[in-house]
Amino acid sequence: MDSENIIEIEELHYARGARPIFSGLNLAVKRGEVTAIMGPSGTGKTTLLRLITGQLVPDRGRICVDGDWLSELNRSGLYDMRRKIGMLFQNGALLTDMNVFENVAFPLREHFDLPRRLIRHLVLTKLHAVGLRGAANMQPAELSGGMARRVALARAMATDPSILIYDEPFVGLDPISMGVIVRLVRRMNDALNISSIVVSHDVQEISSVADRSYLISDGKVAASGSPDELTNAPSDLVRQFMHGMADGPVPFHFPAPDYASQLLGSNKGDKS
Amino acid sequence: MIRDLTEALGGFLRTFGALQLFFMRLLAESPRVLMRPRLVSKQIFNTGALSLVLIMVCGFFVGAVIGLQGFSNLSTFASEDLLGFLSAMALIKEMGPVITALLFAGRAGTALASEIGLMRTTDQLSAMEMMAIDPVVRVAVPRFLGGALSMPFLVAIFTSVGILGAYVVGVPLMGVDSGAFWAQMQDGVAPADVYEGIIKSIVFGVAASLIAVWEGYNAIPTAEGVGRATTRTVVITAVTVLIFDFMITAVAIS
Repeated sequence: MDSENIIEIEELHYARGARPIFSGLNLAVKRGEVTAIMGPSGTGKTTLLRLITGQLVPDRGRICVDGDWLSELNRSGLYDMRRKIGMLFQNGALLTDMNVFENVAFPLREHFDLPRRLIRHLVLTKLHAVGLRGAANMQPAELSGGMARRVALARAMATDPSILIYDEPFVGLDPISMGVIVRLVRRMNDALNISSIVVSHDVQEISSVADRSYLISDGKVAASGSPDELTNAPSDLVRQFMHGMADGPVPFHFPAPDYASQLLGSNKGDKS
Repeated sequence: MIRDLTEALGGFLRTFGALQLFFMRLLAESPRVLMRPRLVSKQIFNTGALSLVLIMVCGFFVGAVIGLQGFSNLSTFASEDLLGFLSAMALIKEMGPVITALLFAGRAGTALASEIGLMRTTDQLSAMEMMAIDPVVRVAVPRFLGGALSMPFLVAIFTSVGILGAYVVGVPLMGVDSGAFWAQMQDGVAPADVYEGIIKSIVFGVAASLIAVWEGYNAIPTAEGVGRATTRTVVITAVTVLIFDFMITAVAIS
């Protein structure tokens, strides 16, 4: 494995049932960079994250995370590897029976035997970094979507991981919250000297923060490079995605029988 | 049709095997979780203490009905003095463990299954895995232990309140002699009868908690999936408890 890369994926094959999701995907995440993984809905971006974190097992191919080949790890080895990773889930995934403070303190309490004062200090530091020190006593149900994601980010950083993974961090956020999260992604990456992977299809936001982007389509990397390189790429697929065009290599219409014959034909088998 | 049956049988055996493995994991991780008593005591409160009012109210009325029915039938043979013995035997050996387990499935079992199922739906279990925290150890085992440890106490309370209910109906209302009520009970109920009730309460507690935790943990992560897991918890627990009840009774009698 190239020591410049913190994550390497080689010839990854993965199918869900009979439907192939990845067929020979190769990808590398460089240390210290923010790497964006983009692609149309349903291309398996979240599945890729679950494969990287060992929550799913590939059918073929290899994944290496910070020197550990996942296929060689047992359960405890996998858990040790995950301690190097912080993950921000799409909905925050905060534990609903704990308040904000307890959520951020949770991984610290589970992994380390630290004095209460130190845990308090660490938690307040992390919450301050995401601007939510004042919300420490709030319950997850009282938080807005953006606030929940910032708390989840504080929790993901609690144990000082070397890799931060964001799964669709911008979905459903208002412009202010989105701007806050975008800035936090970059600031955390640089201030903590970590590596970040951001899965998203918000092209503008992710392009403003990523050092390198991968566009996934049809189970493979369709294009990669800096955001500028992708924006100016000659490929029709890349242009369609980066410029948000409704029709192109990814068709507007889901495969269907001929329109006229379906309208004029019988409604046999039509459940609507 | 034969292929459908074979597939259904194969599916059942796979699920049953997976349930056995899950049970083994719960047992294997239990000592580690018992070292953190606050985790378990919180679940004992949720499943046990919060079921107390329901258990006591139902226990009283079940005992009262046994008192009424028992008096009505025993008085035909001028044997109403046996009411204490009859109600104690019915409650200690059968009604106490079985009805408590069914109430437990409806009150605590559904709460456990839906809570864990919702944690699955909202990615809380995945988040724990990503924090290198095993959700089986942190979520499933404490809830399993909380339920399994609560059940014998709930059965004891149900049975005691039930006997009180039978006493209230039989003695002050129907005129059975108080001394005869308690003396016949003391005379007729042997330690073996109590042991049978205790064994049933332990087995039902383990089964009901295991089923609730299993269904919640393996719920399909959708609203419909959580609803289905909750329903299955009640149905499967009821059937399992009644089958185990028959088996333990048969062994005890033989």
